[in-house]
Amino acid sequence: MPVGDVLPELSVLVSAVVLLLAASFMRERDQWLAAPGALIGLTVAAAFCLAQLGEAPRITFSGVWALDGASIWARLIILATAALSVLLTPEWLRTDRRHGEYYAIFLLATLGAMLLAGAADLMQLIMAVLLSSVTGYTLAAYHRNWPLSVEAGMKYFLVGALANTLLVLGVTLMFGLFATTDYGELATRTNDSPQWMTHVAFSLVVVGVAFKLAAVPAHTWMPDVAEGAPPPAAAFLTIAPKVGAAIALARFVDLFPQEDIAWRAVVATIAVATMTIGNLSALGQNDVRRMLGWSSVSQSGYALMAVAVLGLDPYALPALLFFLASYAVANLAAFGVVTQLRGRTNLTDYRGLATAHPLLAAALILSFLSLVGIPPLAGFVGKLALFVTTIESGYAWLAVVALVNTVVSLVYYLHVLAPVYFAEPARPMHTLGYWAAVSVFLCASFTLALGGLADPLWRMLSQATLLP
Amino acid sequence: MLTATILIPLLGALAFSFLRLNEPAYRWLACGVGSAPLLLLVAVWLGFDTSAGAPAFQYVVDYPWIPALGIGWRMGVDGIALVIATMSAVLFVAAIAWPAETRGRAREYYAWFLFLEAVSLGVFLTLDLALFYVFFDLSLVGLFFLIGRWGHGDAERAAIKFFVYTFAGSLAILLAIIGLVLATDPLTFDMRTLIAEQPLAGMDLRATLVLVGFVVGFGIKTPFVPLHTWLPPAHVNAPGPASAVLAGVLLKMGTYGLIRIPYSMLSETFARYAFVLAVLAVISILWGALVSMAQRNLKRRIAYTSVNHMGYVLLGIAAAATIGGEQAARQMALTGATVEMVAHGLITGALFLICGAFWQRTGDYDLEHYGGLSQVAPNLTRFTVLASFASLGLPGLAGFVAELQIFVGAFSVYPWLAAIALLGILITAALFLQMLQQLFFGELPADRQGFGDLARVEIGTLAILALLIVVIGIYPNWLLTPINSATAFLTAGF
Repeated sequence: MPVGDVLPELSVLVSAVVLLLAASFMRERDQWLAAPGALIGLTVAAAFCLAQLGEAPRITFSGVWALDGASIWARLIILATAALSVLLTPEWLRTDRRHGEYYAIFLLATLGAMLLAGAADLMQLIMAVLLSSVTGYTLAAYHRNWPLSVEAGMKYFLVGALANTLLVLGVTLMFGLFATTDYGELATRTNDSPQWMTHVAFSLVVVGVAFKLAAVPAHTWMPDVAEGAPPPAAAFLTIAPKVGAAIALARFVDLFPQEDIAWRAVVATIAVATMTIGNLSALGQNDVRRMLGWSSVSQSGYALMAVAVLGLDPYALPALLFFLASYAVANLAAFGVVTQLRGRTNLTDYRGLATAHPLLAAALILSFLSLVGIPPLAGFVGKLALFVTTIESGYAWLAVVALVNTVVSLVYYLHVLAPVYFAEPARPMHTLGYWAAVSVFLCASFTLALGGLADPLWRMLSQATLLP
Repeated sequence: MLTATILIPLLGALAFSFLRLNEPAYRWLACGVGSAPLLLLVAVWLGFDTSAGAPAFQYVVDYPWIPALGIGWRMGVDGIALVIATMSAVLFVAAIAWPAETRGRAREYYAWFLFLEAVSLGVFLTLDLALFYVFFDLSLVGLFFLIGRWGHGDAERAAIKFFVYTFAGSLAILLAIIGLVLATDPLTFDMRTLIAEQPLAGMDLRATLVLVGFVVGFGIKTPFVPLHTWLPPAHVNAPGPASAVLAGVLLKMGTYGLIRIPYSMLSETFARYAFVLAVLAVISILWGALVSMAQRNLKRRIAYTSVNHMGYVLLGIAAAATIGGEQAARQMALTGATVEMVAHGLITGALFLICGAFWQRTGDYDLEHYGGLSQVAPNLTRFTVLASFASLGLPGLAGFVAELQIFVGAFSVYPWLAAIALLGILITAALFLQMLQQLFFGELPADRQGFGDLARVEIGTLAILALLIVVIGIYPNWLLTPINSATAFLTAGF
């Protein structure tokens, strides 16, 4: 077995196990040491990932593991997201007795998201979805004495249980129809099965992956998790599984020729529904974390635009990856600010933030403007690439829908920014600490840098490939 | 040189975040930083080659930014961009120098102003479509914060409405830009290449759709009827200097964009729909004038005259684009449109600064609450009368030079439309005279006895604008020479 090909995953797994064992023996006041430990594990994994960049794209590990540009870049984004969320954590969980264990579960959740990005076999896909889900429920409900957190975990679990069942059902059907779960064989299969059966199996798998992506119809857990989960976990859960799932979905739908299944239409429809529902639901929110959850749903919709035109235009895959990276830094910055403000979530509590904490307000403004796609921030380049690739592929209508949605989204982002900047603070606003501040600063800088200095990343992403 | 024009105020804005000074120091420092672009642009103007064989774009800079997508830091000016950018720089200095109510946040106020100056000049000076969009959008961000933070009344709502409405327009422009640029091979956002290649020539449907995107986007910005409804609340609730910049500089981005992009890069398609634009222009002219007449609020009234004046600009552009028109007439119309942009910027900028003076003294814009102010505020009266007369097109002042050329040009192309549009001038004259009479003559209400006249700084600022208005009116040649060098090129194509 080519163990060398899964070294990044192994290092995350080993760190998780080590941290779990260590946390059981550490004194309570030393438990924060698990955070630097997790950071080390993530850094090592990222180094292994970077080393893989130079290698030729291939399917490895008995055909279940894709080692191509898409999976490597997605895993790098996931690892970076994880590291930046870890920075948010130690001060947040300082008083929690189970502080150390958190990182073990967290790293396993990271592993699940990474597996999603590389899965090249339906069984592997199931395993990745389940690992990512089970750990996700735990992270969401980590404040077990706080009803909202438990509710978030519960809703996440209920939607997840249904979606995961459908996924397993779909994979079972696929196996029954084609006698294989291997992507390579599925792509070259002979087509003598009943057409409608293939459709059913395909739809079930898509719904199962859409759950991880927080895309319609399995998106309902996202706002609850964003609101109820501990903010560092919410930051992670609104990004990392999504990055993995976007690649997983792209890899899966790409297996089917258009004549068999009109998957472009399906994905485009999901994209439109997701961005529209996400944006319209975010409009009336007076709860910042919930609003971020809905905004995160709508961002999945934009990402799906690139999946819908995959293969029609060489820019589709780099556009998807760049957009995901830009979304990750901007969303992390937003959740970082929420965390640094000790999780305050009521919109009225944000009044006068610009006077009380100018730098945090600036980070929030950068983050939101990037999520809207205002140049020259990261989100602008991401959206520009998405628009260019959809229009070039002949899906101009999709770009128009996304554009209308972007205008709508501006309303609710400004709805938050206006009191932040235009009002005076009523009470002093307490912040969390230096770790979180560092994370916010890094994310805000990346949001700027990915826009202004987009070229090197774009160039590298343009080399990325997607194997079946 | 052009790069420095943008970078100096931008870095100045950034540096303000780290400075701790008292309020007047901020203002004078901002004035100093804000004047640097003006000086640089004057230097560019002096070195600008207007001889017959000179290249259209001069002072060109070209560095790669995202080469894979054909995006670069490209700067350069032709005659039109040069005069509009210079006018904008003048207006920015005036707006910054104006003693504004900064509510204890002078640092941020002047930082945002410098930021807005940098990005606004960027719109006029860039030669890259992607960069154009970047600056275009950032100007919205800058003004959003200025209106929302330092505005009055329902400023927050007005700011959000302004941002969302005009952002919708700029996204329409973005789609149109992509639609246009994707027709090039290899992909490039370079304006010079796009003008030379006319990438959508012969592609009827696509060219029309792209044109619609541009017209809607720039139409919202300009604004012309029926896309103007964001303008009055934004103006009324904005602080005076921000209003001056909004009317004087940001509205120009719409008409400048029309000339720079669809007019130049889609000339065939643009010409085909020129008549539609001319009709829209006449509607804006009349609608703006009539609605303005009905306003009792001083600032709303001036805001609507902007709709009317930008209608003249659009009429000039449409006339210049028309196929079959005589080249001399078309060139005159386009030159007139550009002069009108400059004149409107200076005149309406001055008028909005004057509105700011009214608000600072009384907090009231209602015309009927005023009267007889010439007794207590003679200087204010002089400047307002001068600006109003310039705005209604009195010969010898800047507005006349512009409108004369537009109408002479338009008459030879669309005689009927031009005749109808002339009515607009008549109504404008009536509404300004009525406004002046209401404000300055008649009986002085008791509670306006203590109305203070203009302070020294205010007089100085307005005097510079007034001087330019008069000089352009009497001796416009220095302004027309660079403009003509550009319009000759732009109208020679067909």
